[in-house]
Amino acid sequence: MPKVTIDGQSIEVPEGTSILQAARLIGGDIVPPAMCYYSKLKTSGGYCRTCIVKVTKGSEKDPRPMPKPVASCRTNVMDGMEVQNITAPDLVEARKGVVEFLLINHPLDCPICDQAGECDLQNLSYSHGIEKSRYEFKRREFEKIDIGENIKLHMTRCILCYRCVKVAEQVCESRDHGVIGRGDVAEISTYIQKAVDKDFSGNMIDVCPVGALTDRTFRFKSRVWFTKPMNAHRKCTKCSGKTVVWLSGDDVLRVTARKDKFGEVEEWICNECRFERKETKDWNIEGPRHIDRQSVIAQNHYEVNKQLKIDVSNQKLLGEKAHNKQ
Amino acid sequence: MGIKLLTNNINVAGIQKLDTYQNNGGYDMFKKALSMTPDAIVEEVKKSGLRGRGGAGFPTGMKWSFLAKPEGVPRYLVCNADESEPGTFKDRYMMERIPHLLIEGMAIGSFALGCHTSYIYIRGELMYVYHILQKAIDEAYAAGFLGKNILGSGFDFDLHVHCGAGAYICGEETALIESLEGKRGNPRIKPPFPAIRGLWDCPTVVNNVETLMAVVPIIKLGGDEYAKIGIGKSTGTKLISACGHINKPGIYEIELGIPVEEFIYSDEYCGGIRNGKKLKAVVAGGSSVPVLPAELILKLANGEPRLMSYESLGEGGFATGTMMGSGGFIAMDEDTSIVKNLWTFARFYHHESCGQCSPCREGTGWMEKILHKILDGHGNISDIDLLWDIQSKIEGKTICPLGEAAAWPVASAIRHFRSEFEEYVRNPQNIIEDHHYYRLNNISQESV
Repeated sequence: MPKVTIDGQSIEVPEGTSILQAARLIGGDIVPPAMCYYSKLKTSGGYCRTCIVKVTKGSEKDPRPMPKPVASCRTNVMDGMEVQNITAPDLVEARKGVVEFLLINHPLDCPICDQAGECDLQNLSYSHGIEKSRYEFKRREFEKIDIGENIKLHMTRCILCYRCVKVAEQVCESRDHGVIGRGDVAEISTYIQKAVDKDFSGNMIDVCPVGALTDRTFRFKSRVWFTKPMNAHRKCTKCSGKTVVWLSGDDVLRVTARKDKFGEVEEWICNECRFERKETKDWNIEGPRHIDRQSVIAQNHYEVNKQLKIDVSNQKLLGEKAHNKQ
Repeated sequence: MGIKLLTNNINVAGIQKLDTYQNNGGYDMFKKALSMTPDAIVEEVKKSGLRGRGGAGFPTGMKWSFLAKPEGVPRYLVCNADESEPGTFKDRYMMERIPHLLIEGMAIGSFALGCHTSYIYIRGELMYVYHILQKAIDEAYAAGFLGKNILGSGFDFDLHVHCGAGAYICGEETALIESLEGKRGNPRIKPPFPAIRGLWDCPTVVNNVETLMAVVPIIKLGGDEYAKIGIGKSTGTKLISACGHINKPGIYEIELGIPVEEFIYSDEYCGGIRNGKKLKAVVAGGSSVPVLPAELILKLANGEPRLMSYESLGEGGFATGTMMGSGGFIAMDEDTSIVKNLWTFARFYHHESCGQCSPCREGTGWMEKILHKILDGHGNISDIDLLWDIQSKIEGKTICPLGEAAAWPVASAIRHFRSEFEEYVRNPQNIIEDHHYYRLNNISQESV
């Protein structure tokens, strides 16, 4: 098995593993951020350039360094490869540049964006960006459109990661939308007189790293950090039925797929589960969902609260015992 | 007169027609090639030292020998005729004037590589050249130079012309392949390279028009003889499309290795600068290569004259050198505004970015806007540094070389002409009143 060293940490991975996947297996700070790569979607990645790394040694056979930074999500490891990520200051600087490019035409309307709190771009700009924009021109703007019954497209926020295009190609029955135009006016658009209404198309909302595709059944209902994510399941003939329901009181405000710590969907869910089952009685609620991300939604410590509740009841028991003794 | 290998028959009347072309020795080399073994042809091309004429200058023989040859999988040769680089217009002229030379070159190349189907991908704007090529191909089919069992050799070969839809990016080989497959012309992420997985996931070689044409004289002279022409590793002849403020703009076939000074000032070539002005700067190989001021393009850093060759033009790296590129030679006289010129280039790359990867998509537009602001007289000194920073963050971070092509002109203009940018920032009024900003193509104020 090829052995790769990333920022001084070595790991052996199977043939055909990308540098990014190898870094994720090592874990920690050395994992490059990824805005367009999605391990569940084939041929995704390579576009956003945030995951660039420096290959200082190509392989054992050919130790020459690679002349340019490479997209770690689309470059496979070779035996003896040595990679620098956070240990290369010029690379960190280059990544800052990429983040700045992603932000210059992004509207920064986080206060009214439904994605805020679980937005990959928000996290990325906190962790890798610069605090001030040097861009002083008008940002590109698009009209908001409904691209289907349940999905709103806010193209102004899009970073053209192509993830939703890959979902339509690989998860849905057929693709009714794509990218038209080029350069900085390229946009996601449906084909003429087509709507994105195929089953499983709701997964596009989950894969969207920003707030460009939002759930019309959830828009402006609540900030995500005010809702309680709960693991839930139901019997579904089309998908696994394993989801996360986001509750406010006893109301199901939205339903999403379960995401892992890299923000990637574990199992695709169907449109019925996502958009049509909005009653608590539709779901078997398993318990609080652990959100392992650096964003604000991870700050709702339900699990801690649960622990606290146990602690408090223990205290109460102790108190009662003490009281009874008296 | 220098050696002419490609343009020797260019002025023969009716050379577009097959019979005239054949009377001037046309398709004889294809017949000769059919009597050779494919490997021998590749060997000749290797020996000739021919380098890709499209811009990158990669040795053609090497590229051909890299082609994967798995059993039972077709291979393709694709001719990149999507010549859209500002300043470069050699391929259009050659295809228009002598289309059979390209067909012959492609037939030899396909025979050498074992391709039975090949494509010419021509840019959409050249519709009239498309018709010329199609007519020539029809003639070649009728005469039995294309089709089944060519000249009784048992070699089957079909050639198609495909028209692009007007995107510069489709001149990048993987974007060209995507476009040829009927998809959106987005460059692919490499590896895999086209030599392994190209058109329809089959091994593919993509060559420039001039490269494929040059195969014909290589077969005629033999690789060793061809390698004697030129200088060092820059062998053979190169077509240079000269334009700008020179007395005689046009296409010149030069033997690689002539001094740049001779090329600009001799009457055989450009014939000096128009209206007796002084040379200010030169873009030596199409808009994407770094611009060089007159003193650096004429002389190397050590005082020796700079030559028209891949090595000599690249001498000194980007600090004092440039690139051969595709041979789009743009000369600018002393009245030219470098900032204005740069803005034109930046606008082009902004317009032509495919929008796939973020540094190029966002950065090209940003650079254009800053340059526009400086030209309008609203710039700050910090904008010049910002431009420098943006180009450095685009260069090398993108999927395809368009990012570099957009970044290099900006970098070189600031490197060599920073004072001019500062002049625009400090005294915008003077420059705008001078009509420096509005003047294009040396049209003086009186004649407007």
